[in-house]
Amino acid sequence: MSAHHDDGSRTTLGFWIYLMSDCLIFASLFATFVVLAGNVAGGPEGRELFDLPYVGWETLLLLVSSATFGFAMLAMEREDRRALRQWLVLTWLLGAGFIAMELHEFAALIAEGAGPQRSAFLSAYFTLVGTHGLHVTAGLLWLAVMIHQLSVFGIDAMVRRRLACLSLFWHFLDLVWICVFTFVYLRGAV
Amino acid sequence: MAHTSSHGTAASILWGFLLSLILTALAFGAVMGGAVPRGAVLPAITLLAVAQLIVQLVFFLHLGPRQGQRGNTAIFLMTAMLIGIVVSGSLWVMYNANHNMSPTQMTIAAARNRD
Repeated sequence: MSAHHDDGSRTTLGFWIYLMSDCLIFASLFATFVVLAGNVAGGPEGRELFDLPYVGWETLLLLVSSATFGFAMLAMEREDRRALRQWLVLTWLLGAGFIAMELHEFAALIAEGAGPQRSAFLSAYFTLVGTHGLHVTAGLLWLAVMIHQLSVFGIDAMVRRRLACLSLFWHFLDLVWICVFTFVYLRGAV
Repeated sequence: MAHTSSHGTAASILWGFLLSLILTALAFGAVMGGAVPRGAVLPAITLLAVAQLIVQLVFFLHLGPRQGQRGNTAIFLMTAMLIGIVVSGSLWVMYNANHNMSPTQMTIAAARNRD
């Protein structure tokens, strides 16, 4: 497409810079959460609310999906369209499983009166974990679009470039989740 | 970014996955198992989280000192510094604010009479 030989590395560099600014959003939300984590306003604490084995399964889904995306990128590199498609679909299913578990968790919290309006702790919790969940949802949408584009265009330069960006985005969300399960769930249960 | 090496190998993905799995299991185990003394749990899980972040940055996001990785790595290190300043600064300021302005048993009338 471009006259100067850009192999897509400039696009991924630009996308990386976007991800770093996204990092700052999460950094402020984490700082907010830790400051407000003790302000439960007489309501339930994390210790009473969080189900650690459940969070462990959520973590496993996201971690496995990070690995399957890695294998998708390897399939892309050896131009194996069928394998690429299969790995992407598998990644999508794992991500969707994660979001389904998270929605179920949020619904249960709200049902037992621990919604975002209950206390500053819960407002910060829903904002932080919800923002991560929205990112994963956006990633799922993007993934679905890329699975479609792959079937229409095949593995061309544009699809390569876009999947390289999506791969960074997806791995980045797993990194944010490491901080979420450590500083929100595990720290809350100590 | 050379196309041949930018996405790692199957071995590097499996190593990253395996190490992440072990570090995650250790973190959950430290909190749920009860083998770690209470005071040491928070430092332990913080250390495990940092270790896992480094593992995933290296194995999944391919950060490192090699040519072609340096740009992304330098940008990340700058961001990590900003995050450090924002997070530790916020916690420090808010800790002091809570500490110095914590509610006392004093009534409003008693406080007024003091000045």
